[in-house]
Amino acid sequence: MSVITADLRNYPLYIRSVPTQNELKFHYTVHTSLDVVEEKVSAVGKALPDQRELYLGLLYPTEDYKVYGYVTNSKVKFVIVVDSSNTSLRDNEIRSMFRKLHSSFTDVMCNPFYNPGDTIQSKSFDSIVSAMMVQSS
Amino acid sequence: MESHEEKPIIYTMENKPIVTCAGDQNLFTGLYGLLSQQLPREPMEWRRSYGRAPKMIHLEANFVQFKEELLPKEGNKALLTFPFLHIYWTDCCDTETYKASVKEDMQRWQGALRLHGSTDWLVVVVESDGKKKNKTNILPRTSILDKIRNDFCNKQSDRCVALLDPLKDSSRSQESWNSFLTKLRTLLLMSFTKNLGRFEDDMRTLREKRTEPGWSFCDYFMVQEELAFVFEMLQQYEDALVQYDELDALFTQYVLNFGAGDGANWLGSFCQPVRAWSGLLLRRPIDMEKREVIQRGEASLLDLRSYLFSRQCTLLIFLQRPWEVTQRALDLLHTCVQELRLLEVSVLQGALDCWVFLSCLEVLHRIEGCCDRSQLEANFSHTVGLWTYATEKLKSLGYMCGLVSENGPSSEELNRTVDLLAGLGTEKPETVNSLQSPYKKLKEALSSVEAFEKHYLELSHAALEMYRAIGRLRSGRLVGKSLAEFYMRKGDPQMAQTFLQDALKSYTAEGWSLPITHTRKQIAECQKQLQKTEDYLQTSALLASDANLSDEERKHFCQEILTFASQASEGKALLLHRPELDKDMTAFAQLRELQFHPSAATVHIGAALQLELRLCSLMPVPVHLEQLVCTVHYSEIRPAPAGSQRRPALSPDGTVTFPATSPSRGAAPGPAAPALELQEIQDRSPSDNALNSTGVVCKNVHLLMRINDNPASLDPPSAAASAITVEDGAEMLKANDVTLLPGNNSIVFSAPAGSYTLRQLCATVGQVQFVLPHIYPIVQYDVYSQDPQLTVEPLTESLLAGLPQRVKFTILTGNYTVKKGDALQLSNSDSMPILHSSACSACILTNQVGEASVSIQSSEKVTSISLPQTPPYHTLEFQLEVLCHIPSAPARAESERLTNGEVRHRPKNRTRYNSGMASIDQKVSVDCPWSIYSTLISLTFYTPFKAQHSLLSAGKRKYIQVCLRNVSDTNFRLANQTLADHQCTPSLQLLSLNAKTHQLVYSKQCVYSLWEVKWATEPPSCLQCVFTASFSPADAPDTALKPYRYEFQIERVTTLYSVKAEIQPAVGEQHCHAGALCRLEVSITRVMDPSEAEREDEEYTESEGLRTTKLMYEVVDNSSNWAVCGKSSGLVSMPVAAMATHKVQMEVMPLFAGKLPFPSIKVSKYLAHSAPPTTQPEADSCLENDNLSLLDKGLEDQGDTASLRSRGSVHSLGSGEQQQRGPPMPRLESFSPGQVFNCSMARQVLVLPSTDDHVLEVNVT
Repeated sequence: MSVITADLRNYPLYIRSVPTQNELKFHYTVHTSLDVVEEKVSAVGKALPDQRELYLGLLYPTEDYKVYGYVTNSKVKFVIVVDSSNTSLRDNEIRSMFRKLHSSFTDVMCNPFYNPGDTIQSKSFDSIVSAMMVQSS
Repeated sequence: MESHEEKPIIYTMENKPIVTCAGDQNLFTGLYGLLSQQLPREPMEWRRSYGRAPKMIHLEANFVQFKEELLPKEGNKALLTFPFLHIYWTDCCDTETYKASVKEDMQRWQGALRLHGSTDWLVVVVESDGKKKNKTNILPRTSILDKIRNDFCNKQSDRCVALLDPLKDSSRSQESWNSFLTKLRTLLLMSFTKNLGRFEDDMRTLREKRTEPGWSFCDYFMVQEELAFVFEMLQQYEDALVQYDELDALFTQYVLNFGAGDGANWLGSFCQPVRAWSGLLLRRPIDMEKREVIQRGEASLLDLRSYLFSRQCTLLIFLQRPWEVTQRALDLLHTCVQELRLLEVSVLQGALDCWVFLSCLEVLHRIEGCCDRSQLEANFSHTVGLWTYATEKLKSLGYMCGLVSENGPSSEELNRTVDLLAGLGTEKPETVNSLQSPYKKLKEALSSVEAFEKHYLELSHAALEMYRAIGRLRSGRLVGKSLAEFYMRKGDPQMAQTFLQDALKSYTAEGWSLPITHTRKQIAECQKQLQKTEDYLQTSALLASDANLSDEERKHFCQEILTFASQASEGKALLLHRPELDKDMTAFAQLRELQFHPSAATVHIGAALQLELRLCSLMPVPVHLEQLVCTVHYSEIRPAPAGSQRRPALSPDGTVTFPATSPSRGAAPGPAAPALELQEIQDRSPSDNALNSTGVVCKNVHLLMRINDNPASLDPPSAAASAITVEDGAEMLKANDVTLLPGNNSIVFSAPAGSYTLRQLCATVGQVQFVLPHIYPIVQYDVYSQDPQLTVEPLTESLLAGLPQRVKFTILTGNYTVKKGDALQLSNSDSMPILHSSACSACILTNQVGEASVSIQSSEKVTSISLPQTPPYHTLEFQLEVLCHIPSAPARAESERLTNGEVRHRPKNRTRYNSGMASIDQKVSVDCPWSIYSTLISLTFYTPFKAQHSLLSAGKRKYIQVCLRNVSDTNFRLANQTLADHQCTPSLQLLSLNAKTHQLVYSKQCVYSLWEVKWATEPPSCLQCVFTASFSPADAPDTALKPYRYEFQIERVTTLYSVKAEIQPAVGEQHCHAGALCRLEVSITRVMDPSEAEREDEEYTESEGLRTTKLMYEVVDNSSNWAVCGKSSGLVSMPVAAMATHKVQMEVMPLFAGKLPFPSIKVSKYLAHSAPPTTQPEADSCLENDNLSLLDKGLEDQGDTASLRSRGSVHSLGSGEQQQRGPPMPRLESFSPGQVFNCSMARQVLVLPSTDDHVLEVNVT
């Protein structure tokens, strides 16, 4: 499973994946999935912004992974990639994971010492992600 | 009839619910056409159990002849062959026949139905008029119907209907048809509801048993599918699809449970090794082969999945949802692959790839078959996933079968290919004739290297095109990258490179470091093969500094660079500069910091300005640089004085920090790289410098705005693409033989003279140059040269003339070194000598103060000041004493009237009116040793004193008063005031009446001195006097007294007339009374005989042999104390002889009581015009002069005229015009101050208050 956060210009802010041996493939997959995120966002963008559902659902099924997306109102993207064989995670769980990520990300942004656009090095964000990864595996 | 006899082919979509027909077959055959046509014409609402929404359906039916075999046997779950309604047709219309045969037949029919528990039946009695006519013994038709109803429908009278004249086109028959059809439909639906409900219940029961050991999914599958078929038959595709989806979900759940360890027995059959991978088959509505396999319980997982999907696909296409098919297809393919993995089914390597590939293409073909081109294009986003998947699978097949290598497949790979092809089986009959069938494609692709390439490229490009069309650039680039890998395997790096570069661009733009590294590595390989040395070097540099790579890899790439660099330099003796070998430095090393010593980055020539670069080498190993060059650009702009304006990027300690850029991103700015550059802006009003507005302005908006949040543009800023240019001909800072260690390095340069901006940094390794094309933020330094400068300024606020004053000379040596023997040559001027003081020392100032002596030599024309030795950029200061002589008679605007003498206009002198000090500008030209030109220095001196003189008279005695006003700010000691006659007339004596010799004159105060003028013989007509005094500053009594000189001239000194006024009270009164007339007697006496000068000057009138002069007197009362009654002025003729006296009497009235001063009497010369007067007034007569304009002229002050007289003057104004017409005009000339002596000046007379108290007005003011 891997968690990736990208800012509105699609620069990765945070990438973490477990296990690490296939990291490169994760990266490629997630980067490609941004296409779908953008497609969905622009499709949804026509709706009123306050009614917009931030959770984008399953973006991108591949043979090996399931890629889920979430976009904040400021167009920060969260992507969670789950191994296809992992069937224990339901849509609702993914959704709540995203919410947790979002709120933690908000905390990171509130940090006055955080420079927007920098990669996230917050320990609390990291621990939230770790907890999610433990929970999901 | 025969056609309906045949068992219907139930496995086509022409399935319709079966309705059996018994009874009179001929009758039915006649009606069949109409019936089957009419039945579906109108929809019927189908109310359904389990709260499902009611639906409107068009019913159709397949009418077949009733046979007992058609009735389902017990336990038969087949629904498709289930007869939902049984109809008995009869046109029997006479009781005999009914009783004879029909009733029996119907009973048999009923019996058969009852035996099978079927309650869905209907008896149709067809009545026709034609038949009635033939038969004579007609029973009323109702009776047959009633009979049948009686016999068969105990409580269900609606089970028997009559159809009237069905073949006739009458309204009656129409009506009958309609009610029959409605009945038929209702009964059909009732049957559906009942039978399907029962079926569903059975099915559910069966499903509940799935935990029991003997339960088989395949059996259950068949049962539920039956339901799906029925729904499909009823065209309820949605419901049919639900059945399949339920089956799908159930199966999926079982597989998942199996994966979780909860295995079901029946799953065992699905775990058998996969032997066939022929792909999906979507061209048939129902794939009977697969269905039978499933029915037999021999299906593999792929079989089941394929069959299930083909059914779903069929239904979805019926539902006009082809895009859901593609979506589900992708899911299915992924799921199958996953499930096979999960169930640990053994599959031949590559078999699944074949299956997926075939399936993808099959789905695409199926979709293409049911959509037109424009629809397809609009929905690329749905199909592109399948295209990509197929491409991927074909690629992996190609790799597996050795079709991508340059040498072609090996025997092992050939064997594998054969095995894979075997699993495909034979082509399905549906596609045998199609040239483009997936089966043929795969076979062909696997048959040869060329064919594979053709198919693979075709697929890839199709996918690429689609991604591009729908704007999924990233996905497209990933496909491109995969293509690139293929090309690399094929040994075509040229093609690969473009795709890789494209992909790299996209990753770089968005800063995905791992993909960047990976892609870059591929590019490096590519470039190496292509022998694009320059690009390879650049890429190597980037890779060598890439932290994502292992040390080994980084060292490898670094070594590549070094190897090339050394090769090249060995190979060529002459190192020619090859611009194509200039590489961007950001990958090689980064400029982190730059520090100036001294920190201001501004030094003068000769001092050392050091520039310390902190370069962070990103190479994994130490790199030896032949040369490190920093190109600088000369800026013309004169540097601002040191310290006054800091350079923007420079911190106080002279450090410039450069924003760190990530090397992997190359030259493209990272997400945070262009930090906001904000500057405070204040807008002040130009008039009073008041703050209008203040704000913050972003200076690099153009950089920031370039990164817009437009997600579609993945193109990075063009900086990376632009060629790196090395500026030629610029001046540079060099450092030779530097070894850059990994990490931070510090290199020191010393800066040449000038004001420079750092432009580029260039590191040379062998033949390779690494260039940092722009150093930003802009860094400047100044090594300046400055011309020497001489300034001369007074020490005090203003220089005073007449006293020695100190003047400060300041020499800023600039870049000039004052050598021994250098001297300043000052031109001497007479009015301002330079005073030599013995101890004249100079200060040499830099940071500390040094002392040196200055010697002054003076010749007639020049004063030479020899300067001490002074190094450049020092300040040399010394002071000189100068003296400016006070000009003896400075021009003075105020004094003009008094002196009445010549005014010497000296243009150099100007008066500072604000302070009342006269100033003298002195110009000195100075020759400096560093310049061939003379410097002109202007010094302004101010005269400290202002002198005024006045002539005082006492009868004939004369006095001269000199008033000396100190206008400066200094107090002075004044001594030796003397007054001397300029002409030294011997008879003239000036007696000093001044007591003290020494006096203090305070600032802004005056000193008066008085002399009596005595003469022995004739008084001089003109006195030329010189006032001299000595002065020195009061606070420095020791200093020598300096002279002050004031020359003036007095004319007409002698007293000519004395005027005496006398006021006497009215006759009989002792004192004057206010309001009472008094007598004023004015006597004018000639004191002197006319002098020589006077004789010439004045105009005399010869009258009766006596020389007379005409005088005019005026009584002027300035304070309105007196009222003059009668004329206040008049003309008198005075004989020009000593002691000639003329008395004038007039009446005046005191207006107030008290001691009143006498009204003043003014005497002036009356000069008649040259023409002889028309009326010669008598000598003693008073001239009626009211009309004369001279009165007005003489009366300078209108305010002082008495009320009585003012009336006259007003009058005279009106008549004045007449006078102007006559050209000759008499005029008045006043006497010089000394010429008329007023004896009664300041006399007063006592005026008593008026006795008439009640008349007196008392004014209290």
